[in-house]
Amino acid sequence: MSLSYLRPLVICTGLVAVWQAVVSLSGVPAFILPAPYSVLLAIVEDARLLAGHAGVTFIEIALGLLLGVLLGAASGIAMSFFVPVRRWLFPVLVVSQAIPVFALAPILVLWLGFGIGSKVAMATLIIFFPVTAALYDGLRRTEPGLLDMARTMDAGRFAILRHVRLPMAMPAFASGIRIAAAVAPIGAVVGEWVGASSGLGALMIHANARSETDTMFAALFVLAVMAVTLYFAIDLVLRRLITWQPETYSSDD
Amino acid sequence: MPTNGTLGQTPNAPSIEVSNARFAYGSRPLFDGLDLVLEAGRWTCVLGPSGVGKSSLLRMIAGLISGGNDTVVRCGDGSATAGRVAYMAQRDFLLPWLNVVDNATLGARLRGEAADPDRANALLDAAGVGEAGNAMPDELSGGMRQRVALVRTLMEDRPIVLMDEPFSALDAITRLKLQDLAVRLLADRTVLLVTHDPLEALRLGDRIFVMNGSPAGLGPPLEPAGRPPREAGAPDVLSGQARLLRELAEGGK
Repeated sequence: MSLSYLRPLVICTGLVAVWQAVVSLSGVPAFILPAPYSVLLAIVEDARLLAGHAGVTFIEIALGLLLGVLLGAASGIAMSFFVPVRRWLFPVLVVSQAIPVFALAPILVLWLGFGIGSKVAMATLIIFFPVTAALYDGLRRTEPGLLDMARTMDAGRFAILRHVRLPMAMPAFASGIRIAAAVAPIGAVVGEWVGASSGLGALMIHANARSETDTMFAALFVLAVMAVTLYFAIDLVLRRLITWQPETYSSDD
Repeated sequence: MPTNGTLGQTPNAPSIEVSNARFAYGSRPLFDGLDLVLEAGRWTCVLGPSGVGKSSLLRMIAGLISGGNDTVVRCGDGSATAGRVAYMAQRDFLLPWLNVVDNATLGARLRGEAADPDRANALLDAAGVGEAGNAMPDELSGGMRQRVALVRTLMEDRPIVLMDEPFSALDAITRLKLQDLAVRLLADRTVLLVTHDPLEALRLGDRIFVMNGSPAGLGPPLEPAGRPPREAGAPDVLSGQARLLRELAEGGK
């Protein structure tokens, strides 16, 4: 095993060791900070409970991601293709970013209820802007010389969009999707905190109310693993699909 | 030079007349009242320092930018140049997600026509990159990429070919080889080559104009003896180089 695989393992072990040291040395009560072992125990004992809630949260994240990426892509393309759409929609989008999306969570729950609908909407809302902006930017930055060439080939606007500009914008779009994958869990969990009967966020709120801190940590751990796995899975798929990224490699290593 | 039947019909190349050409950035005209005739089936070179407006002149002939109200760009037979022009730039603009054959047939794809891979392969063979048909652009050297770009230009099978410093990013030896190749493959077409390299102009041009001044004008044409591609050491090439360099330097004052 090379060092690059070993490194995350070493980091995790180190963090757990520090955690255990803080618990042992400071003697904080378990309802403030449970020891790593009791969290592990909670994960094992509550495995079914956690899996059920994790499933709900995962569906919310996945649906939010899907909807947010689709809607974001559609508006990015529409803004770059139709000038009036750009003129009317872009200022609205920019201004909408001044509203903290999290502040909308109670309203979404009020409107869409305690089920997964409000959480999917929440995730979709935070994803929408970064995806739109990334794709729109990518579409705008097509090489002018390439467009000149396509025009001398008698290509129509739609053909240029389809065969040149869209594929050219894919690396930028992929960056938008990566950001979306990173923030989608936040949207889902915030929605669950505000009002839900199931999902990891709801489980955390309930456990907190009953001072079951180890369950809270267990839920947090499952959420973290899920979010990180989702991010890297999406990153892997994007890398496979889009091999022409004009990525600038840093010379750190 | 015989034209190969599989490589495209012998184009019935028209001459091109540009009269009263005007192009301005803001209020500062790059050129104004400029006249130029590209003789049918011959190579015309426009030589000039960077920023003098030679690329703009070429783009105007390609129909990518429009000139002033009195500017006329038309073929010698009286028709417009639209649809009869192929364009080749300094950068190859190969699409990184398409292989060499698909890049060479890009024009057909952009027009929604069926691609002709057999003809592309024949032309790739003639250009010395027949082996690379299935390769992706990032596997090719700069010289090979520019050969593919030349093939893509030829696939358009247009009687007029406009080239904007197509070889200036290549090393000296590769540049000479590609100049020879271009002369061979573009036989019988009306060619405009814009360059800042006097040697290139003298090797390839039937008629060479120096573009200079602000607003820029064209000097009297230099017509070196012999058929292109001329030897780099031919007497007319050597003496011509001295004259062209002098003219370029005078305009720079």
